[in-house]
Amino acid sequence: MEPTSPFGRFWQEFRQNRIALGALIVVALIVLIAVLSPWITPQNPYDLSNLVLTDARRPPGFIGSKGFTHWLGTDAQGRDLFSAILYGLRISIQVGLVAGALAFAIGVTLGTFAAYLGGRIEALIMRVIDLQLSFPAILLALVLAAVLGQGKGPLIAALVTAQYAYFARTAHGAASAERSKEYVEAALSTPLPPRRVVFRHILPNCLPPLIVVATVQIANSIALEATLSFLGLGLPVSEPSLGMLIANGFQYMLSGRYWISIYPGVALIVLIVAINLVGDQIRDQLNPRLRR
Amino acid sequence: MTSLIRVENVSKRFTPRLTLGEKIAAALGQPIETRTVHAVDGVDLDIRKGEVLGLVGESGCGKSTLGRVIAGIHHPSEGSALLDGTPVMSTRHGKTTTRVQMVFQDPFASLDPRIRVGETIAEGPIAHDLVERREAAVYVTRWLEAVGLPADAAGRFPHQFSGGQRQRVAIARALAMQPDVLVCDEPVASLDVSIQAQIVNLFLKLRRDLGLTMLFISHDLSVVRHISDRVAIMYLGRIVETGPTEGIYRAPRHPYTRALLDSVPRLVTDSAELVTFKPIAGELPSPLAPPPGCHFHLRCAKAQPRCRLDIPARTPCGAGRDVACHFPLEDR
Amino acid sequence: MTAPLLQVENLATHFMTRSGPLKAVDGVSFSVQPGEIVGLVGESGSGKSVTGFSILGLIDPPGRIAGGSVKLAGEELVGLPPSALRAIRGRRISMVFQDPSATLNPVLTIGHQMRLAIEAHETVGEKAARDRAAEALLRVGIPDAARRLDAHPHQFSGGMRQRVAIAIALLNRPALIICDEPTTALDVSIQAQILTEMKALARDLGTAMIWISHDLATVSSIASRLLVMYAGRIIEEGPVADVLRAPHHPYTAGLLASLPANAEPGQDLVQIPGSTPSLFALPPGCAFSPRCPHARPQCGTMPDLVREGARGVRCHFPLEIRGRA
Repeated sequence: MEPTSPFGRFWQEFRQNRIALGALIVVALIVLIAVLSPWITPQNPYDLSNLVLTDARRPPGFIGSKGFTHWLGTDAQGRDLFSAILYGLRISIQVGLVAGALAFAIGVTLGTFAAYLGGRIEALIMRVIDLQLSFPAILLALVLAAVLGQGKGPLIAALVTAQYAYFARTAHGAASAERSKEYVEAALSTPLPPRRVVFRHILPNCLPPLIVVATVQIANSIALEATLSFLGLGLPVSEPSLGMLIANGFQYMLSGRYWISIYPGVALIVLIVAINLVGDQIRDQLNPRLRR
Repeated sequence: MTSLIRVENVSKRFTPRLTLGEKIAAALGQPIETRTVHAVDGVDLDIRKGEVLGLVGESGCGKSTLGRVIAGIHHPSEGSALLDGTPVMSTRHGKTTTRVQMVFQDPFASLDPRIRVGETIAEGPIAHDLVERREAAVYVTRWLEAVGLPADAAGRFPHQFSGGQRQRVAIARALAMQPDVLVCDEPVASLDVSIQAQIVNLFLKLRRDLGLTMLFISHDLSVVRHISDRVAIMYLGRIVETGPTEGIYRAPRHPYTRALLDSVPRLVTDSAELVTFKPIAGELPSPLAPPPGCHFHLRCAKAQPRCRLDIPARTPCGAGRDVACHFPLEDR
Repeated sequence: MTAPLLQVENLATHFMTRSGPLKAVDGVSFSVQPGEIVGLVGESGSGKSVTGFSILGLIDPPGRIAGGSVKLAGEELVGLPPSALRAIRGRRISMVFQDPSATLNPVLTIGHQMRLAIEAHETVGEKAARDRAAEALLRVGIPDAARRLDAHPHQFSGGMRQRVAIAIALLNRPALIICDEPTTALDVSIQAQILTEMKALARDLGTAMIWISHDLATVSSIASRLLVMYAGRIIEEGPVADVLRAPHHPYTAGLLASLPANAEPGQDLVQIPGSTPSLFALPPGCAFSPRCPHARPQCGTMPDLVREGARGVRCHFPLEIRGRA
């Protein structure tokens, strides 16, 4: 049976691209593993009492003093890297998703209402956003992270501030185009309450480009978080995210202990590439110009 | 005859916002070209209770803009559109009445593609307490039936319908608000020929059954003649002639109306008949810079020096008609 | 009867889609005599435009010409390599589209574009090309043509742009111009001007035209012969006035009867029930039968296009003819 809902038709087409479908499965698996990490890892890497210093910097396959195999080796504190990567992924995804969702909500609301209201309010909002977009996101995030200090909350605040402007820009562009369409005129002539016009009509029709931006930005905020942590501005050392694991292992790279940096790096790359592949397919499907 | 809709001296101008550069240039004393379009220019118009008024004109004449002012989508720059003496829009709150509804030209654009037809029809009545949310389904079915669609149409999306069926949905959405006045902007122009007749018949039936008052905007003179009691002819933002349909089609008073009627191709059913048009000379002038005096004088065969200077006022010319021309035509 | 300028035989154009092949044009045959204006009428999806594009070989994948032949003065065009088709397009057959921006390049002056159109087919000097371009503009009723050559397309109004597109189509004095709804986007007053001018041009230059339109009245005021298409097939043909006075196919008759011009004001119009069929789900046999008031069981098989004199109809129970029998 032909699915009739827009989402049903979208999914039908999406799953025909093997690469994108594979990437989606990879993303789903990583998310699942990350969520389940407390139950599938042999060790809680954030519990310092669990760590055995004599097991530090052991190569992959080493059987530690606790009796289990460190398949990906251990880091400088004797953490099981496999466990640390899963916990790190968990933090990265959590931070990326929460920051992405907040930036989405704030940016899209601002951008859509600016387009709907028009006039001075629109000009004011959009100029502020343009101004902010002229600074590199990493610079803003760095400054904010330095000012706000360490921890999840400040980190997310920094990421949101650095990223909401992209959503606002995209939403504003899409909503301005939708605003002049006849179905919006129809809603105005009914008249429907402004909130309903914006949230039930304009916004859902702006979603295609926003979903594309969202996938890219979630990948970006994961990378940005890793960058901040790598520079020591992210989460505390006791709870290493992927970026900090890479940073911590960096000094041992030249001494041949490649695994401490490489494996977290591989995990990060796989996650970001997979999200981007999914995003690419969504973009191709939603771009009317690439459609036949 | 009482007027249900009264349009009083309505003007609508569109001025594109100046770019930052232009603002700076203007502040520095540089003369900046204003590109104000006078889409509607001081129009007075009455629509009487229960009648169908046809509004005819070529593209860019402002007929759609006038329709949108009456339907409460555009704020007039000057004047106001009144329903029973009350303005359709207020400056503060936008549209203030639900008694004027609109049907648009393109049913592919006027229906939200992501929303099921049932919700499209029900959301307005629910928002304005015309129906309880739990009774909405029955209510929707009633209006779907009124426009000749099956009840199960409510669960489908717009893309699952043909053009004619979508236009029926758009009509049902407008009717579900229980309007007194329906503004129809080219409602059959984008439909296939064999479907146009179905929609025209639907309008005729709705008018009979519901006693609707309608403003029927179209460039198609034969459709307007078929459906309207009275017509108003518009040229470059102004109304040049109004009156009962048959009178105007039989003996137009304004040279523009005459030329327009002469331009319509007719079906040729006799091979000996030589088809000749008497096309209007020249092009529609740009609404950015309309000619002074009578807007039509550049293309008018009867233009006199006076037509270049004075704007002709609408003057009654008998049989419920009026014409804005210094030298109106006589009966043929 | 002279040899036809264009002879289309059994033309079939299919589009490969996810839901299977879509037969946009399905066995269309007709001919155009030199200097003749043929009207090709149909609703959206009837295949009238695709027929026009197929003649010029302008079908892009996923579409392809699945069969049949198109002969221009006896020369087969179907299967010609693209380079050979390019040599014919614009020189011996040209096309005018509904939207002139499909023809005109917004960044080049009109004169430049017209020179390119001439140089695509022959070598001429700049001065000669300019003169010819100015002459062509003058012929389609553009005043002050020599100066307008230096203007860009956006400096023309919609009606003027369409005139320029027609002038470009005329540049190389083609034997045939295919016009795809050339006046649909224009106002009636401009349409009347262009119809009048095109008719005079065809007469003066002896150019044949295929005039594709959905509007019977427009076609009847310019064409001498009429082809009516429905769901990819020609269902009726004949001299325009004869067909419009006494249509043989119930679809043509229904279309005519549904026009407001043929009804009393305020009375219900005669309407054809149902909607134009999807080409993916055509009924067996005659595609019009589900909407036809005269349909009988026999209509489940496809009727042939029966020609009798100048008229032709694809119907088991044609009107009038049946009345006489």
